[in-house]
Amino acid sequence: MTALDKATPTDALAREGVDQETVDAVRSVGARYKYGWHTEIETDYAPKGLNEEIIRLISARKEEPEWMLEWRLQAYRRWLTMKEPTWAMIKHPPIDFQDQYYYAQPKSFRKKPKSLDEVDPELLRTYEKLGIPLREQMILAGVEGAGEAPAEGRRVAVDAVFDSVSVGTTFREELARAGVIFCSISEALRDHPDLVRKYLGSVVPPTDNFYATLNSAVFSDGSFVYVPPGVRCPMELSTYFRINAENTGQFERTLIIADKGAYVSYLEGCTAPMRDTNQLHAAVVELVALEDAEIKYSTVQNWYPGDEEGRGGIYNFVTKRADCRGARSRVMWTQVETGSAITWKYPSCILRGEGSQGEFYSIAITNNCQQADTGTKMIHLGRNTRSRIVSKGISAGRAQNTYRGLVSIHPRAAGSRNHTQCDSLLIGDRCGAHTVPYIECRNNSSRVEHEATTSKVDEDQLFYCRSRGLDAEEAVALVVNGFCKEVLQALPMEFAVEAQKLVAISLEGSVG
Amino acid sequence: MAEAARRQEGAAALLAAHPAPAGEAGWAREAREAARARLLAMGVPAPRDEYWRFTDPAGLIRPSPQDAALLTPDEKPVFGDFDRLQLVFVDGVFSPELSDPPEMTGLVIQRLDEVLATDIHWARDLFGQLESRGQEPVARPFAALNTACAATGVVIRATGPTPKPVSLRYLHRSTSSDALIRHLVRVDPGASLTLMESGPAAARLNLCMEVEIGAGGRLDHVRAQGRDHERQAITHAFVRLGQGSVYKSFTLTMNGRLTRNEQLVELTGPGASAHVAGACVGDGDFHHDDTVLVIHDAPGCESRQVFKKVLRNGATGVFQGKILVRPDAQNTDGYQLSQGLMLDEDSQFLAKPELEIHADDVKCSHGSTVGGVDETALFYLTSRGIARNEAENLLILAFLDEPLAEIADERYAEDLRTRLQRWLARRR
Repeated sequence: MTALDKATPTDALAREGVDQETVDAVRSVGARYKYGWHTEIETDYAPKGLNEEIIRLISARKEEPEWMLEWRLQAYRRWLTMKEPTWAMIKHPPIDFQDQYYYAQPKSFRKKPKSLDEVDPELLRTYEKLGIPLREQMILAGVEGAGEAPAEGRRVAVDAVFDSVSVGTTFREELARAGVIFCSISEALRDHPDLVRKYLGSVVPPTDNFYATLNSAVFSDGSFVYVPPGVRCPMELSTYFRINAENTGQFERTLIIADKGAYVSYLEGCTAPMRDTNQLHAAVVELVALEDAEIKYSTVQNWYPGDEEGRGGIYNFVTKRADCRGARSRVMWTQVETGSAITWKYPSCILRGEGSQGEFYSIAITNNCQQADTGTKMIHLGRNTRSRIVSKGISAGRAQNTYRGLVSIHPRAAGSRNHTQCDSLLIGDRCGAHTVPYIECRNNSSRVEHEATTSKVDEDQLFYCRSRGLDAEEAVALVVNGFCKEVLQALPMEFAVEAQKLVAISLEGSVG
Repeated sequence: MAEAARRQEGAAALLAAHPAPAGEAGWAREAREAARARLLAMGVPAPRDEYWRFTDPAGLIRPSPQDAALLTPDEKPVFGDFDRLQLVFVDGVFSPELSDPPEMTGLVIQRLDEVLATDIHWARDLFGQLESRGQEPVARPFAALNTACAATGVVIRATGPTPKPVSLRYLHRSTSSDALIRHLVRVDPGASLTLMESGPAAARLNLCMEVEIGAGGRLDHVRAQGRDHERQAITHAFVRLGQGSVYKSFTLTMNGRLTRNEQLVELTGPGASAHVAGACVGDGDFHHDDTVLVIHDAPGCESRQVFKKVLRNGATGVFQGKILVRPDAQNTDGYQLSQGLMLDEDSQFLAKPELEIHADDVKCSHGSTVGGVDETALFYLTSRGIARNEAENLLILAFLDEPLAEIADERYAEDLRTRLQRWLARRR
C-alpha cells in the first residue's frame, strides 16, 4: 500500500472519464487499511492465559448450562494433547497461547442491555463508522453512506460481535414472525438449548483439529440461525465481527441450521484495528442443511493484514464446514479473503444427502507479507452429488498464496460430478502462488475434472487499459477484477460492491 | 518417541538385509556411508506420511520380499526387433554371457562394481550426489538405501552421437529375488543417447538412476516395466539438465502388484526441456504410483508431464506430480496432465497435482480428470457397427496415445502400442 500512500489519491480530482463519484469512492476506501482505528472503550478482560479456570469463567459469564461447561472442558483437555498443524505453506513465529486474553467484553456489558436502545452509544458509533447498520432501517448495505438511500433498498438483519460479546441483533421480531431464529450463540444456549445441543459439534466435532478444538474450549460469541421447515428467510442475515481489544483472541462460533426445504443467505464481515502485534482469530462455523434446504454463506474477510514489513495483523485459523445431510440440499460458500496476516481456512461440504450439491467460490488476495493457505474440501458420500470449485488466487509483493483442496468421491457416491478450476495470478517477482489439490475418485460412474493455471498479469491487457488513459494501478485493478469476475458474481449484491473495491485496494502498491 | 524408533529400526533392518559391497575405493565407501547415515536418520516411511498417503510402503519395507510367481512370456521381448546394444540383468545381477559386448562409438560403458573400485573416476561427482540433493524437500529413503547397498548396474557416458540405443533388459528367474540396481548416466555436452529398459527384474526391484545431461545434450529414455503380476518395484530417476539440453522419458507399466516410479528432474541451465510421460494399465491387485517433481531452476525452460492410467477390477492408480518454479526461473513453461480411466466400479484413481511457483513471468498449468469410458463415444462407435468390446478398446488406446506420443521414435511407440493391444485382448 506504500506507493499509493505517497502518490496519495486523497487529492485526486475528477477528470474526464472519471466522475466525482468514483473519486469519492476511491477516497472513501482509502489508501491505507481503512478500518485500522480502534474504539476507546472500557473493557473487562478475563485474566491472561488459558486454563480450566478461564474456561469456567467464560462459561459462567455466559450463564451457560452445566453440559456446555463440561463440553468445553473436555475439548480443552483434548486440546492439551494436540499439536499445532504444520502442513500448511505458512510461516510464523510460534504462537504463545498463554499470552492472550481469551475473553474481553466492553464494561457496559456487565449488565446485558435489553435492547439496542440501552447499548453504549460509543459501541453503536463504532459500527456506524464501520458502515454497519445496527438501526433497523431500510438501507442498501455495502454501499457506504447509503443509509439515507431510498426505501427500496434490501434489508439485512445484523448480529454484531465486538471482541467476545454480541452487541445486538436487528430485525429479530420480524424474523421471529417468520419463525426464523437469529441470535447470538450465547442467547441460543439460553433460549433454545435443545436445538444447540442437538447440532453443536455435529459437523465440526470438538476433536476435529487443533484450532477447532481450541475454539470448542473457549468460544465466546457468534451467531445462531435456525430456519424452520419450508421457510424462506425473508431477508439476508449477517454478522459483523470486530476485534477491538489488544492482545485478545477472537473465537467465534457460528451454527446455522436450515430445516427441510428452508433457505437462508448469510453474510459475514470482519475487521480489526491496526496493531504491531499479531492477534489470533480461531473460529468454527457449522452449517447443517436438511432435505431440500439451501444455505448461502458469504464472507468478506478483511481483518487487519499487517503493515508492509509484515508487522502485526491477524492470524486467521478458521474451520468452516457444511453438512448437506438431506437429499437435494445445497450449500454455497463464497469468500473474498483480502485481510489477515495469515489465512488458514478450508470451508468444506460433506455431501451426504443424495443429489446434494456443494459450491465454493473464492478470491484470495495477498499483498506485502501476507500468507494465505486456503481452499475447500468436497466429500462426496451420497449418490449423484455435485460440487463445483472456483478459486482465484492473487499474489503480490512478497506474499504467498496457496490453494489447497480435496475432492473425494467415495465408492457409494455413484454418478457424482466435480469440476474444479483454480487460477493464480502473480503480480511482482517476489511473491509465490501454489496449488495443492487432492483428487480421490473411488468409483467409475463419477467424473472429476480439475484444472489450474498460473500466470502473470497479461501485459497486453495492461497496455490496452493504459492506452485508454487508466493509470498503472487502475489498470491492474481492472484486470484483476475481470480475473475474479466469476466469484464476484456469486456474491450477494450487498457484498459484491464492497468486494470489488476491496480487490482494488488490497493490491495498492503492488505495481510500479 | 516410539514412532521414530520404529522408523529407524525399519531402516536398520533393510540395511542389514542388504550388505554393502566390499573392496571399493575411498570415495565410493564415503558415499555409501553417507547414504547409510541418511537412511538411518530419516527412517523408513509410515503409511501416515503425507508423501505416502496413497501408497502403502509396507511391501517395500519388509527386509525380504514377498514371493512373486514367474510369468512365462508369450510374446517377443519388448524392443526385440530393433538394432540395439543389449545388456542383461538376471534377478538384478549383470550377466556378461547374455549381454552384447559393451562397445559402441560415442559411448563408454562400464560395470558399476568396477567403477566404484577405481580411485579416480568421473562418476565420483554423480554417485549419491543427485540422490542426496533429491532428499529435499521430501525424504526418499529407498533411494538412499540404493546408494548405500546397490552392487550392480552400469555406468554409461555418452561422448558424442550414438548410432543405436542401449537397452537394459531385466530378467526375472527366481520367485524370491530382491534386486538393487544402480545406474549412472552422463551425457556430455552435445552428445545424445537413447536408453531403453524392459522387464520385471525381480520379485522386488529397487532401481535408482542418476543422470546428468550436459549443455545441448539429449537423453531419450523409454521404459517398459515387466508384466509379472506379483512383482513389486520402486524406481527413482534423478535427472539434472544443463543449458539447452533435452530429456524425454516414457514409461509403460502393465501389471505388477506394486509399482512406484519416482522421478526428480532439475532444469538447471537456461532453455532446457524435460518431458516425462507414462501410461499404465492395471487389473485387479495392481497399485501404480507415479511421483514426479520437476524443478525449474533456470530461466526459459520448458517441462511437460503426461500421465494416464487405465484401471479395472479394483486396481489403484496414483499420481503425485509437482512443478516447482524457483524465484529466478522466469519465462518458465510448465504443463502437467494426469488422467484416470476407470473401467468398473471397484477401481480408484488418486491424484495430487501440485504447483509451487515463486517467479511471476511463468505459464504453468495442470489438468487432472478421472471418469469412466465416455458413453457417447461408445454409442457412436457401436452405431457404426463396431462391437462394444472393440469400441471400448479403441477408446482406451486413444486415451493412452497422448503419453505414447511423447516417445520421439515412432517405431518404439508402435512396439509398445501393439503390446497394449495384446494386453487388452487378453482381458476380454
